Formats: sequence, structure tokens, C-alpha cells
Amino acid sequence: MIAIDIKNLNKSYENGLKALKNINLSVRSGEIFALLGPNGAGKSTLINIICGISKKTSGKVTIFGKDNILDYKFTRSKIGLVPQEIATDSFEKVINTLKFSRGLFNKVPSDEYLSFILKSLNLVTKKNNQIRTLSGGMKRRVMIAKALSHEPKILFLDEPTAGVDVNLRKTLWNFLNKLKKNGVTIFLTTHYIEEAENIADRIGIINNGEILITENKKKLIEKLGEKKIIITINSSHNKISYITKKYQLKKNKNKLSYIYNSKKNIDLSASLLSDLVKSSVKIDDIEIEKSNLEEIFLNMVEK
Amino acid sequence: MNLRGIFAIYHFEMSRMFRTVSQSIASPVLSTALYFIVFGSAIGSKIGNIDGVNYTSFLVPGLIMLTILNQSVSNASFGIYFPKFSGTIYEILSAPISPIEITCGYVLAAASKSVLVGLIILITSAFFIEITILHPFWMLLFLILMSITFSLFGFIIGIWANDFQKIQLIPSFILTPLTFLGGSFYSISMLPDFWQKLSYVNPIVYLISSFRWSFYGNSDVNVVVSISATFFFLVLCMVFVSWIFKTGYKIKT
Repeated sequence: MIAIDIKNLNKSYENGLKALKNINLSVRSGEIFALLGPNGAGKSTLINIICGISKKTSGKVTIFGKDNILDYKFTRSKIGLVPQEIATDSFEKVINTLKFSRGLFNKVPSDEYLSFILKSLNLVTKKNNQIRTLSGGMKRRVMIAKALSHEPKILFLDEPTAGVDVNLRKTLWNFLNKLKKNGVTIFLTTHYIEEAENIADRIGIINNGEILITENKKKLIEKLGEKKIIITINSSHNKISYITKKYQLKKNKNKLSYIYNSKKNIDLSASLLSDLVKSSVKIDDIEIEKSNLEEIFLNMVEK
Repeated sequence: MNLRGIFAIYHFEMSRMFRTVSQSIASPVLSTALYFIVFGSAIGSKIGNIDGVNYTSFLVPGLIMLTILNQSVSNASFGIYFPKFSGTIYEILSAPISPIEITCGYVLAAASKSVLVGLIILITSAFFIEITILHPFWMLLFLILMSITFSLFGFIIGIWANDFQKIQLIPSFILTPLTFLGGSFYSISMLPDFWQKLSYVNPIVYLISSFRWSFYGNSDVNVVVSISATFFFLVLCMVFVSWIFKTGYKIKT
């Protein structure tokens, strides 16, 4: 089932800036979708339009098949949003702000469910504290707790771990995985490529308001990723220059590097090894390095 | 209808008031008490009766109205402006709550605070001054109607404002002068002919006059005209608010 469906979405500002250009994107129910992009790429604008905070210029957004403007009460009731900036009512107590959020989304009061959320996010001991007394990381958890207080089916997280320490980041990742197991669809934007690599099922890359690619995470790495084979040979050999030229190897002392891209080139690594053996080159070590998401991301947005 | 959403906003705003009792209730009550002392006891004893009513008693409806108008505008404008300023407006805008429901939550809370403050001033003054309320039903109706109308007006100011200075701009430079010149402290009939005629252009004259009528049965203007003018202003504010939400003016980019 499709949870979020975006068709031909455009957003232009009065000053002529085109923030989103013909966005087409679908997110399946129960998946974790990560949208990567540099600052100003259009990530937050996209989330804000889906959630009803910003106006679109043209195009269509549907949530579980319903239009997010015509059926806004239905669509918004399914959505929980954690914005990029920490924005809370500083003088309000944690538990009261959660009750407020739940009420705002027209949900029957439930101390039991809110206790579960507080427990899940390690906020139980802080429930009667004023929000202003909490640390930045704790405030971030409160923001997430608020977004979950009305039991949403889709959770939007706009750079949820920005400025958060490693421990909290990992706690959050585990929590998101638990939510996913409970059937919650997660749409997150992030600057941390590691985050997308760790928890996302599918990844989209956005730059200058355009979606460059959306792909299953593993497939994306396979499709666009380069592989590097580093062969350490025992000593220099006369016939190496012929092999180096044939396979366009990079030579650094006794290390030979063979780089290929499965999408663009044919994998000649087997043939290379065979040629080396035939030439009586003694091989001490073979290493294989795969490029990671960060390299793919940088390659795409720097084009 | 998202009644829980309306109540959530209402409850949040009322909690804010009770968290800041000194600012929300004590401060306007103290200011009004000072008016009573200065204009009522000190200067009022030299003035005598107006339209057959002791000057200090004459002051009560005007002072309540002065407080009500200021409190309604400031409560409602601050109520909606602060979420815009702090960024928490995102939650209201992304919730399944209609523009009318949002407005109801904020305006009803602001109006409730104003009515509460107005009643406290009335009860407090009754301890020191002889007060007659000839038309209690109409008095209460005026109190509620004007609180709601000016809360709605304040709500519009709060949406329009993009800094704290602008929130104070209209109350300080338009509303307060009009209220002072609208007969809070005197009867329009006491003014020279030219200024009397000019005063009838001031809409606040109609509000104060009709409110004073509910107390003492005397009015500078026709009460029906006053009620019609208040309703007209109420409808005008409602139309403007619905336009704001329809277009996303100063709320949505």
C-alpha cells in the first residue's frame, strides 16, 4: 500500500525561486524512506507541503489515497511531524505538552499511551519538568514524543539527529526500527549519510529542488557504487607495465589499484588476477573496497 | 468537528493565564483600581453627578470596557503571535483542525480571560462604590460580545504582526486613544457641539455608551445602533479571519 504519493509537485516563491521542481515520489506503507540532500535542496519544503505547513504551487499529494488539501483532516490525522528546529513551549511541563498535542489531533485522552511514549523515549523521570529545564537532546526527544502522541501512521522527521550525540542517535535509530515493526511509515531527511545507510530501506537524493534518484538502499549502492580492488604484489616485475596499461591500474609502490563501476564497466578483476598469475607475479594480499553512500551522494550532488 | 482540538488550545491558553496570574489578572485589576482612586475619589468628588449618577459609579462601566477592550486585544494577539515567534505554530498548522476551530480556541480563551478580569473589576468595585445594574442580562451579553469581538480583532493583529512592536502598535496608537475619547471617563453630552459630533464617528463611543446603559439606563446613543455596530464589527473580523486562513496570509509560505 502506498502511504505517501506525490505527483508533479512544484513550489515557487514570489521572488522567483523554484524550491521544488516536478517532484514525483511514492513511499510505501511501513518503510523507512530517507531523503538526502545538501542545505537548501528542498527537503524541508517538501515535508512542509505534505504536512500542510506550506502551500504548493502545483501538483498533488495524497496520503493513503486521500488528497492532503481536500481531505486535510483525514491526512493530517495520520501524520506526525518532528520539525528541524526545536520549537517547544518552554514553560509547559513535558506531560502537559504531550496532552496538548494529543488533544489537538482529536484523540481521546490516554495516560496509558502517553506513559508508553515517555517510557520508550526515556522521558519518564522528566514528565513533570518544564521543557526549558531540559537539555537539547531531551528537548529533541520531547519533540518526537509530541509527534507520536496521537499514534500517527506516518512519521516525518526533518533532520532528527542534528546536533544530537552518538548515543542518543543510536537510541533513536533503534526506536525508529521498533516503530517500523509496528507498521509506522517513516520519512526522514538527514545530513548524516551514515544515518540513512543504517536505518533506511529506500533512499532519495534531492538537489536544487529536483529528485535525482530514489532507490532501494542496497541497490543504490550496488548500482552507483564503485568497487576498488587493491592487490599487493611481492615485488616489481617487468611485465607489470603491460598489465597496468591493459587494466588502467594505479600503481603505488607495490600496491596495484583496480577501480571499476558495475554500472559502467565490465568487471575484469578475474581476468586481471589470471594475467598476474600467468605473469608469475606473486600476490601477497587482495583487498576489496566498496564505495559508501557518502561517496555516491557527493558524486551525484556535485555533478 | 475537532472539539478536543478546540479544547486543547483553550486549555493551553487558560493554563498560561493561570501560570502568569500577576500579569494576566492582578495587573489589569490594579491599574483599574488606580483609575478609581485618581479619577473617582480624588477628582470625581469635584465633578458631582452625571446624568443623575455619582461620578465614581459612572466611571465603572467605562473602566471595565477600557480594560476589556485592551485585555481582549492583547490576550488574543499574544496568544497567536507567540507560537509564530517561537515556531510552535507548526503543530497547529499540521494538525487536523480547521481555521474556524483554531480561531475558536484562541478567541474563546482570550475572551474568557477578559470576561473574568471584567467581572473581577466589577465585583471589587462593588465593595467600595454603589453600583446599580438595571439590565444584568444585557450587561453580561455586552461584556461577552465585546470580549469576543475584540479578541477576534486581537487575533487578526497577532497574525498580521511580525514583531513584538507591531503587536502594541494598534492597541497603543488607535485603540487606547479611541477608548479614552470614547466616553470612558465622561459623557459625550458634556462636550462642546463640534466635539460631540466628532465623537459619534468613534465606534468605541457606541460600545461604552450601550454598556453604561445596561448599568444605569442612560445612553449617549441609541442602544440598538450600538448592538448593530458591535455585530457589524464582529462579522467584519470573522470575514477577515476566514480570508487570512484561506490565503494563508502571514501564516503559510
